[in-house]
Amino acid sequence: MKLITAVVKPHRLDEIKEALQAFGVQGLTVTEASGYGRQRGHTEVYRGAEYTVDLVPKIRIEVLVEDEDAEQLIDVVVKAARTGKIGDGKVWSVPVETAIRVRTGERGPDAL
Amino acid sequence: MPPGITTLAADAPELSAANTGFMLICSALVMLMTPGLAFFYGGMVRVKSTLNMLMMSFISLGIVTILWVLYGFSLAFGTDVGSVIGWSSDFVGLSGIGVTELWDGYTIPTYVFAVFQLMFAVLTPALISGALADRVKFTSWALFITLWVTVVYFPVAHWVWGAGGWLFELGVIDFAGGTAVHINAGAAALGVILVIGKRVGFKKDPMRPHSLPLVMLGAALLWFGWFGFNAGSWLGNDDGVGAVMFVNTQVATGAAVLGWLAYEKIRHGSFTTLGAASGAVAGLVAITPAGGAVSPLGAIAVGVIAGVLCAMAVSLKYKFGYDDSLDVVGVHLVGGIIGSLLVGFFATGGVQSDAKGLFYGGGLEQLGKQAVGVFAVLAYSLVVSAVLALILDRTIGMRVSEDDEISGIDQVEHAETAYDFSGAGGGAAPRNTPAPGTPATPTNKKVDA
Repeated sequence: MKLITAVVKPHRLDEIKEALQAFGVQGLTVTEASGYGRQRGHTEVYRGAEYTVDLVPKIRIEVLVEDEDAEQLIDVVVKAARTGKIGDGKVWSVPVETAIRVRTGERGPDAL
Repeated sequence: MPPGITTLAADAPELSAANTGFMLICSALVMLMTPGLAFFYGGMVRVKSTLNMLMMSFISLGIVTILWVLYGFSLAFGTDVGSVIGWSSDFVGLSGIGVTELWDGYTIPTYVFAVFQLMFAVLTPALISGALADRVKFTSWALFITLWVTVVYFPVAHWVWGAGGWLFELGVIDFAGGTAVHINAGAAALGVILVIGKRVGFKKDPMRPHSLPLVMLGAALLWFGWFGFNAGSWLGNDDGVGAVMFVNTQVATGAAVLGWLAYEKIRHGSFTTLGAASGAVAGLVAITPAGGAVSPLGAIAVGVIAGVLCAMAVSLKYKFGYDDSLDVVGVHLVGGIIGSLLVGFFATGGVQSDAKGLFYGGGLEQLGKQAVGVFAVLAYSLVVSAVLALILDRTIGMRVSEDDEISGIDQVEHAETAYDFSGAGGGAAPRNTPAPGTPATPTNKKVDA
């Protein structure tokens, strides 16, 4: 199995979710995150005092998949997340040793 | 505060049910300004000190209410003693006042006047709190309020509004509190922060407002309540002056919103929400002393000037290095001075009194009187407030420890957290209460080991 993690622009969440559902993914986890890449942050002004806000709001999406689906699923996520502008985010995958469905105790790919 | 409307009621005035009802509603409106101010300030601080900011205003509703009943009303509005203070034993505890006894020269009961003025006394020390955000021990603040209203607010209210008070007798025009409330609170704020110093990380750490919607809500409540504060200060509606004040309050405030936003757009590039809310408060402050003396066009001028100058003034703290955290000096002191002095330029002589300003052929006489009022209140409040802060700082200490300030004053002083948005409840579990359905057992009791 592989864990696909995507840190992307928050307003792309719905697109990504729909694309993953169409692909056949049964479940995913979304976390609100903040961070920056090459686009850095932005400037805000409060009563004339300027603040550089480095950390930009992002969402972090995590999906567990079987090995053979991983590459294709990454492509789906990248396509749905892309706006072509700076700050679109990153997607990566890592191998996963095991996964357990808490309710039934099923292990491995059966738990997905 | 106007002289008695004796021209309309040459004989003894009679109780007016309309004026009495109006004034009771105005009193409730002014009461709402204190929690409104709490929201206005509360939204501007960082998350970790939201509750402390709210409480610094809210506690005034408790403390000053009681002090006002015990002796405050007597000191401010009792029989004049030497032009500087009042005293009437009937007013102590409000217990010697007859139910139908009318306030001298007016058509409303003394009780109504007393409760209307009570709300002003509650609001004024709360205004100071914005300058002291994030860093003052709550008990020290409570003691400061107690001392401050006693030796600063009650006497100054007497000077400005009390029959026989020296600024009142001099002819200083302060319709609803430009000097007694706003310059007074702004100067006090400056005096205290010069003693207690800056927040940890001032000018280094980002100190963004944590909730601008809360700031906007607070500004809206202030604006709404301010109609009672301003229009009610004429203590009745027999001659239309209160209505002029009401109109000018709206007009100047709208103009000040535009003035602040225009300055900000040109200077910093954006129309900010905080700028709009701050402009509204600056306009309200500036029209407070002036609204009964100027025309609606004059009110536009007062509002625009206050909006622009206050927007400029809030940056002074970075230049001079004093930490006026939420700009009490920049908005209330500067706005109060602007409004009080502009009376000397824009008074038409046709509304609350026949005193004319410079632009209406009145020369410099009224402007001179206004300047005396401004300077007297500013100097007295600044010096006495600094001394009070110094005494408290040297005895019980004004500030929380640096560690507590950094980790957040809410938990240290109030044992609470402002927001809990996490489904996990922040990991909180009851310490001393038994789980539902289980009887209390000794194991549930707190053990001091």
